[in-house]
Amino acid sequence: MSVEEDATVREPLDLIRLSIEERINVKLRSDHELRGKLHIPCSLSSFFWQAFDQHLNMILGDVEEVITTVEIDNETYEEIVRTLKRKVLFLFVRGDGVILVSPPLRTT
Amino acid sequence: MLFFSYFKDLVGQEVTVELKNDLAIRGTLHSVDQYLNIKLENTRVVDQDKFPHMLSVRNCFIRGSVVRYVQLPPDGVDVDLLHDAARREARGA
Repeated sequence: MSVEEDATVREPLDLIRLSIEERINVKLRSDHELRGKLHIPCSLSSFFWQAFDQHLNMILGDVEEVITTVEIDNETYEEIVRTLKRKVLFLFVRGDGVILVSPPLRTT
Repeated sequence: MLFFSYFKDLVGQEVTVELKNDLAIRGTLHSVDQYLNIKLENTRVVDQDKFPHMLSVRNCFIRGSVVRYVQLPPDGVDVDLLHDAARREARGA
């Protein structure tokens, strides 16, 4: 009856599975970036240890969202305006907007 | 199926749906389907000055594919229950 979590990495989605309940960086379309904790949404045993699905729908906790907008000055170069928007606690992210998922960038 | 089940458990809670066109709608989750289409009741647009289109709309059906985020209530995720189950599972395995 107990579900065993296979630790072998076979396919790309397994790489994300390694980050369950860890903080991740998610890059979305339209210049949105999210940084948050990949959460397990369902306590149903049939969905044990599943925090995302094959579409890359996922639930993030303690999310920080960064929206990047670029304004172009007519005479000079581009001026980049970065907007920081903080979300409240839990966020469902629809997978069709996801470009990439990675562990958070570490500055050495 | 995972998130379909998750949203079915969330029916009745207040959520904010942010669409891909940046429109954010706050309302009570009435129902959801396998495509994660969402029906909201008692809706209010979050930034009414920027998006005056739906001032008088109180109930709406949102196609799942236009959703970017769904902001969930803080107690929407049953973390403690899951951690207990995980501990029990680890002990029994």
